[in-house]
Amino acid sequence: MPLKVVEEATAGVPTHCPYCALQCAMTLRPRPGGGADVEPRDFPVNGGGLCRKGWTAAELLSSPDRLTTPLMRRTRTAPLEPVSWDAALDRIAAELRRIQDAHGRDAVAVFGGGGLTNEKAYLLGKFARVALGTANIDYNGRFCMSSAAAAANAAFGVDRGLPFPVTDIASAGAVLLVGANVAETMPPFVRHLPGAGDDRGLIVVDPRRSQTARDADLHLQVTPGTDLALANGLLHIAIAEGLIDTDYIAARTTGFDEVRRNVSAYWPERVERITGVPVSEQRAAVRMLAAGRANGGAMVLTARGAEQHSKGVDTVRAFINLALALGLPGRPGSGFGSITGQGNGQGGREHGQKADQLPGYRRIDDPDARAHVAGVWGVDPDVLPGPGRSAQELIESLGTPDGPKAMFVAGSNIAVSAPQAGLAERRLAALDFLAVSDLVLSETAKLADVVLPAAQWAEEEGTMTNLEGRVLRRRRAVAPPPGVRTDLEILAALAARLGRPDGFEADPAAVFAELRRASAGGPADYSGITTDALDSGAAVYWPHPGEHGTPRLFADRFPTADGRARFAAVRHRPPAESIDADFPLQLITGRVLAQYQSGSQTRRIHALREAEPGAFVELHPQLAERLGFADGQEIRVVSRRGTARAVVRLSDEIRLDTVFMPFHWPGDQRVNLVTNPALDPVSRMPEFKVCAVRLEPPLAVADRLHPSAA
Amino acid sequence: MNGRPNMSAADTSAPQARAARWTPQRVVIVGAGMAGTRLADEIAQRDVGGRVAVTLLGAEPHRPYNRVQLTNVLAGAAAEEDIVLPVPEDEVAVRLGTAVLGIDRERRQVRTADGGGIGYDTLVLATGADPLIPPVGGVRTADGGLRPGVFAFRTLADCRALAAAADAARRVVVVGGGVLGLEAARGLAGRGLDVCVLHMAPWLMEARLDAEGGKILGAAYGDVGIDVRVNATAVEVSGADRADGVILDSGERIPADLVVFACGIRPSTALAADAGLRVERGIVVDDELRTSDPRIHAIGDCAQHPAIAGGLLDSAWEQARVLAERITDPESTALYTGSAEVTRLKAADLDLVAMGEVNPDPDTDDDAASVVFSDARGRTYKKLVLRDERLVGAILLGDDETSGLVTQLFDRGTVAPPDPKVLLFRGLRQGTDDSGPDLREDATVCRCNGVTREDIVREFAAGARTVEALRDRLRSGTGCGTCRGRVAALIADLPADMPAA
Repeated sequence: MPLKVVEEATAGVPTHCPYCALQCAMTLRPRPGGGADVEPRDFPVNGGGLCRKGWTAAELLSSPDRLTTPLMRRTRTAPLEPVSWDAALDRIAAELRRIQDAHGRDAVAVFGGGGLTNEKAYLLGKFARVALGTANIDYNGRFCMSSAAAAANAAFGVDRGLPFPVTDIASAGAVLLVGANVAETMPPFVRHLPGAGDDRGLIVVDPRRSQTARDADLHLQVTPGTDLALANGLLHIAIAEGLIDTDYIAARTTGFDEVRRNVSAYWPERVERITGVPVSEQRAAVRMLAAGRANGGAMVLTARGAEQHSKGVDTVRAFINLALALGLPGRPGSGFGSITGQGNGQGGREHGQKADQLPGYRRIDDPDARAHVAGVWGVDPDVLPGPGRSAQELIESLGTPDGPKAMFVAGSNIAVSAPQAGLAERRLAALDFLAVSDLVLSETAKLADVVLPAAQWAEEEGTMTNLEGRVLRRRRAVAPPPGVRTDLEILAALAARLGRPDGFEADPAAVFAELRRASAGGPADYSGITTDALDSGAAVYWPHPGEHGTPRLFADRFPTADGRARFAAVRHRPPAESIDADFPLQLITGRVLAQYQSGSQTRRIHALREAEPGAFVELHPQLAERLGFADGQEIRVVSRRGTARAVVRLSDEIRLDTVFMPFHWPGDQRVNLVTNPALDPVSRMPEFKVCAVRLEPPLAVADRLHPSAA
Repeated sequence: MNGRPNMSAADTSAPQARAARWTPQRVVIVGAGMAGTRLADEIAQRDVGGRVAVTLLGAEPHRPYNRVQLTNVLAGAAAEEDIVLPVPEDEVAVRLGTAVLGIDRERRQVRTADGGGIGYDTLVLATGADPLIPPVGGVRTADGGLRPGVFAFRTLADCRALAAAADAARRVVVVGGGVLGLEAARGLAGRGLDVCVLHMAPWLMEARLDAEGGKILGAAYGDVGIDVRVNATAVEVSGADRADGVILDSGERIPADLVVFACGIRPSTALAADAGLRVERGIVVDDELRTSDPRIHAIGDCAQHPAIAGGLLDSAWEQARVLAERITDPESTALYTGSAEVTRLKAADLDLVAMGEVNPDPDTDDDAASVVFSDARGRTYKKLVLRDERLVGAILLGDDETSGLVTQLFDRGTVAPPDPKVLLFRGLRQGTDDSGPDLREDATVCRCNGVTREDIVREFAAGARTVEALRDRLRSGTGCGTCRGRVAALIADLPADMPAA
């Protein structure tokens, strides 16, 4: 089946950046000798801007690290060697079939990613449920958006990261940004925020005085793991100072009375002691929000800093409570939102690669949803599996007596990105069989029995859904290198070998058409989104059941049973791991501007590698002085779970009791060797953002200092 | 319902166990104040199976409220509705307006004022404390009640009465310059009253502040129009039917429509003493928060634990947490060994936090190192006391910019930074500031695209003389866009005839 290819002309191909959820628009101009040139394109989310990741994105098209042939190892201990596509696909199908025959259908797992297009996410979910019949499919978005998603679904009845166009932020008089360092993670987003010289206010909550915090009018330098207490405290002040919107609360919400009683226990002086945020700054933040509300609107936006905790869902609920009490959601220029991280982090969580989900953001345990989707797929609803294990639980179960014995991974590098990565690596190694589809030999691919070389971003067609729920066209600008196939082609070929020759199209347009039907009537309804509308560049927001989409949700009602948003009385509790004498520092994790996620793409780009060559640990000069460490020195970050190697980077923008380490590097530079896999009870989100560590000199020095320990 | 102990396997197998540990089925809490309510809540949070039946008995008729915030209600900064404490009503039987008259330890029952008896497996006394009213002439009427115009300030009823009286009053004398008196004084002054604070000691909050800090606090109170008298002892409340003033030991009479006593508290121990429990200043408890009867515990202001002075919420809530853990988990080894006590004044326009040991004697105490910043004119006083590199006490008066930081360092007992200045002033930073005018050559101007000052100067020299021209060559300003002003300022300072490098 021929791919529908948009012009590969010198005029350039309008598409979007391969990286984050902002999906900045760019034009790719293929170069005669291979590769392409990038030009920023004017578009609402990026206003013609790009960060250096976007500018340099095309370099990966011609990277010498690209995989161009399938690789296979004959035995678990043999090296990976080039093989033919038929040999690779036959082997995968045979191994999956053999293991399912011996151990049952759930003995094969599938792991996806938030960077996959809507079509791939959809087909991967269908592949798991129909071709493999396994319940065990989940994806790395569980490590990303699951806490925000669970909270938004419970409070609003729907989870669209931003329930309004990102450009609405520019009309808000005040923005409270919680745990988001957008100046580094998605720089063009900053264009929409209140900035220097305007009469709008930006408040940033972050344990570091990040680049974003430095540009803010007010920075609340919160103690890691205490954002929930801060949110309750801000609501306490809003109530005490008469700044809540009682009419809105009465007309549009339920559950406020219990929340009011709950936050009475979060008076400012107590909250100062829990969070470290001075009383005067708590009050200033609330007053700034109230003033902004009267000056165009006020917004509360959360991101991973507040969400990647063992109480991430409750923390987001607490900030939603604040937004609801101030009367923000559904008002023009106001609202609550969560800033999605991965490129298709929004679409990726809507179309069925999540363990408890079917396409259209349907629940897999809902009989009506099962019947509808089974109808589209042409199968009996009863053959669809039920909910499977969540990502971290899935990883921890791999190769155990009750867990899967084989796994197929697409678009994820869990050997670097999973918490307690040492354990993840051991679990992957315990599998009888691992197959990975990727563009480069990622750290996870290196552990595989079969590696399939996949096409990337500018080599294939598809759709992405950005952080505001807008569906975008990703276009093919160059042909994939010879020997490379698309993930859709791979899934179709595997499905055929597993006895499903029909129902797995390799043509993205055909898959999207099916996705539209499968999503019809679900919360994330794409049924009315036409390819023509997408190709024309029209602003298309879901839900889009008929001719019109929905740029702004909640104007009149919330999609809950009674149309009202729900408050939830939530309480602060300490992180799963507190500091103590052995591990006296709090470690927080995050990203830097010049790298992306596990780095398997950006570490291969020259300019980015030069800008951020390796793992570092940021600490306060006073802490370094006390511990005897110098700027640039290599040290070890040690937790109960493992040790990571990093170079000291001094900064007095971080709290005295906290160190920061980004997560983009592999091997012994992985911060996730150290992080804590404690899970949120609802979202199953691991606690990436806070754990207890100590800093140690490199081993050689330690041995000299403590010869008896050697 | 026979209250038979539910023996846990782990404990019966432990030969050295002092007493068998078990999960009590009936827990009765006497007192629905800050400690008792918190305990009920902490138990409900932990007792997911609903094995423990908790009864919470409150003598006051109101829903449990946050006593710490009564001064905010008095000040008009909080509504009564907003200080109601959360009680998990599904899990806890709450009986308000139910005073307990006695404890029958033999039959394990408490006797209530309505004549009923409530059986317990574990009894917790959280009876709190009563306000201490000094034996000053003219305070009480013949029947022992407070004279009209004289107020204590402890309960919601006190607060309501005082607030109502304040509406019709002009002048008030607050007797006692501790935290409660100072917060009440500030609240009443905020309502437009003329306020005078009388304090016996040479400086305000003498137990929590040193002399200099106390003096500067007094001056700060003067700034908001409150007349502070230290070394001043009230000897008599004057007036005929109603109080109309306070007479000092100096003989001076200060006229007042209202007299408020905020002279501290006395643990409510009568119930415990009548039951024969060991009582000293308060009900004596050990690290398991047990009284002399192991089935009876005491927490909060009524309890006397060797490690704490008492009267602060920190200890009451920490005790509630420890006891809830022990009640709901037979395996728990949680002990209460004291609390870090922090005093944070809640008074409009006045920032004060004080903690721990603030007055070491420099002549005799070589181990303590004090760091002091004192600016009496600016009403700012900051003091840190360090021992063995750890913060053991602090006063921060005048602003709260480092109060969270310092409080947490004190709470956690972690090693202090080598340079204590960073604990006193937040603005002190050691790093470079890349937004200033005198940039280093390699300083980054556009972070999003890694463009340095050097790059810009080079391209400027090569002919790119505008922000737009530089953007086209260097991509500067194409990310977040915030550096465009810095680029413009930078090239405005470069000579127009700059030769190419």
